[in-house]
Amino acid sequence: LLPPDEGRAGITLTLVSFSDIISTVEFNYSGELLATGDKGGRVVIFQHEQESKNRPHLRGEYNVYSTFQSHEPEFDYLKSLEIEEKINKIRWLPQQNAAHFLLSTNDKTIKLWKISERDKRAEGYNLKDEDGRLRDPFRITSLRVPVLMPMDLMVEASPRRIFANAHTYHINSISVNSDHETYLSADDLRINLWHLEITDRSFNIVDIKPANMEELTEVITAAECHPHQCNVFVYSSSKGTIRLCDMRAAALCDRHSKFFEEPEDPSSRSFFSEIISSISDVKFSHSGRYMMTRDYLSVKVWDLNMENRPVETYQVHEYLRSKLCSLYENDCIFDKFECCWNGSDSAIMTGSYNNFFRMFDRNTRRDITLEASRESSKPRATLKPRKVSTGGKRKKDEISVDSLDFNKKILHTAWHPKDNVIAVAATNNLYIFQDKIN
Amino acid sequence: MFPKGTKRKFSDSGEEAVSSGDQGPAAPSAAARMLSSSYSLQRQSLLDMSLIKLQLCHMLVEPNLCRSVLIANTVRQIQEEMTQDGTWQIMTQALAAAQCPTDRLVATEVLCRQTDPAAQAGQSPKPYAVVGVEEGYHSEEVVMEGDVETDVTMSTLSPVSPQLSSASYLAGPFGMGPCWEEEEEDGECEEEEEEEDSEECVSEGEEGDGDHLSADSRTGEQVFGTFEIKHPAPPPDPALEELFSDVDPSYYDLDTVLTGMQSAPKMGPYDLLDSLSSHGPTALSSSSSCRSDLNELDHIMEIIVGS
Repeated sequence: LLPPDEGRAGITLTLVSFSDIISTVEFNYSGELLATGDKGGRVVIFQHEQESKNRPHLRGEYNVYSTFQSHEPEFDYLKSLEIEEKINKIRWLPQQNAAHFLLSTNDKTIKLWKISERDKRAEGYNLKDEDGRLRDPFRITSLRVPVLMPMDLMVEASPRRIFANAHTYHINSISVNSDHETYLSADDLRINLWHLEITDRSFNIVDIKPANMEELTEVITAAECHPHQCNVFVYSSSKGTIRLCDMRAAALCDRHSKFFEEPEDPSSRSFFSEIISSISDVKFSHSGRYMMTRDYLSVKVWDLNMENRPVETYQVHEYLRSKLCSLYENDCIFDKFECCWNGSDSAIMTGSYNNFFRMFDRNTRRDITLEASRESSKPRATLKPRKVSTGGKRKKDEISVDSLDFNKKILHTAWHPKDNVIAVAATNNLYIFQDKIN
Repeated sequence: MFPKGTKRKFSDSGEEAVSSGDQGPAAPSAAARMLSSSYSLQRQSLLDMSLIKLQLCHMLVEPNLCRSVLIANTVRQIQEEMTQDGTWQIMTQALAAAQCPTDRLVATEVLCRQTDPAAQAGQSPKPYAVVGVEEGYHSEEVVMEGDVETDVTMSTLSPVSPQLSSASYLAGPFGMGPCWEEEEEDGECEEEEEEEDSEECVSEGEEGDGDHLSADSRTGEQVFGTFEIKHPAPPPDPALEELFSDVDPSYYDLDTVLTGMQSAPKMGPYDLLDSLSSHGPTALSSSSSCRSDLNELDHIMEIIVGS
């Protein structure tokens, strides 16, 4: 687990400042690349450098690999509304050749991007000069074979597919299927299944829109494909429920195969109960045996074989329960926090306010609160655990609930699929923490 | 997070009272709740706040459907509980009978954009307009290929009237004293409306809320801002009825809206109120289904509940 114990060498921090608010963070399958999307529609990809030969025990750094504008703001003339260019989600495709592919989406349009390297160019053409000008054929007296010469590395991003006009409502999730041929996209009321090669049509597999919109009481908040079973996916709702669907059962998966809901504790019921039960993120474990859901105050781990309650519940910031009315007033209660597993599924991580983020070890049941702050970037710094005091007496180094900065929220975090490397997005700043020991 | 001097403790411990209140519709506990005026006041404030949240939306970007649904569900819950208590009837009757002040409307800006990092980054303030719940939902509809839906409903104004109910709770619980203060701000509002781009006014409205709040003497710590709109004192009954009247859904047709836009290109939500009170543009008063006999709160609840 990442948090430093006594005797550890500490943490290296890469801190990158963005000009816009970071809206999504995602490692690729190998962890070599880290993609970020921001509110301005840009995608920035970081690459893990190879460890230096001199100091192989230290991990390489993450440096900028590619930057491109993925989405532009659009104007829907029919409804006279702007379509934001903010990147809601990025999902990588598994690598099949030298190029990398990722899906990025805003509220309405999903795009498939190809990121490829060019580090060689051909020289010595017969029919044209190095400048590209055509040579006079009569002047060619001998033939030569063009030779590939190294050049400065150039990384190019090009849009290969644009999947548009399939969502009336705002897209909140995309998820690549384990068949590597299809993916799903989910908005507030519908889920569509796409083939990566086909952009002019998609299959609608879930539709919860009522005939009369006035009867609408529940929306889809997140969806994900099962990591191994290409026919299975889940979607979560604003009422705190998760439905697991099997695409083999029917073309339209309105009827779920499994329905996950924890019975409500009647003693803690309030007018805010439903709002705080709304699930903001759902993630399968790498093993595919469990899934994790994030609601406003907690993270829950579910066994896919047990629908009536989660197997583990972790309180993220229970001290906010008595502040729900104020958080409703300032809209913070609607913040959508994400969550993520580590590579071995032994730990989970999620964000909180005041630039705090939380990690839970599922085996030891230890948990830790850390802060993404510039203090962490000092040399020889170790991440100091933070604590929020809830009682009357505030201990030294503790911070009181009322002093928390609710504008500093960590909504997006990502964990390297294999190593102890985490990426934490704190508004405009990206923090990449790595264990010093390789 | 909390403005200085706010009675945080009261508000949050009061919230706990709200939280722990529900034990089911048993008559004794309902009676107990009736007796707890602080609980009733807080519940009423929560209802008012929720209704305002539903009405004030970003107009240039589509409102968040999930958030709207959650707030609407909260309103429904409160209304159900109040109906069980019997307080719902009492409240609607009281509001109908009350002589509401007609020379002031108090609206509370709960979506403080000053604390929004985007606003701090210097982005232009998002425009606001008053939108009813179902309009908020319908505004998501789009004519698509093969889609049977043909609604092209524009988000539009519904009466801003819930603020009147909050006016009767100016002394307010939750320690929201500073937030319910009335201020002379309509001069600023006028200026802000003139700054509007006419193109954006198809959606009826823009409040330069960011500008407004920065003009406000409060600091960025404040979660709330308030502004007050004065409109000329109309004859009480017909003006109130106009104010509370429903706008015919046919108004939402593209043609009507465009007509409305041409005739009044710079309408803000409060311009609408002015025009209603002074029997303004025909596009707006052409509604044939004015519900002049319903209290505005009841009316909104009917929209939400669909009764």
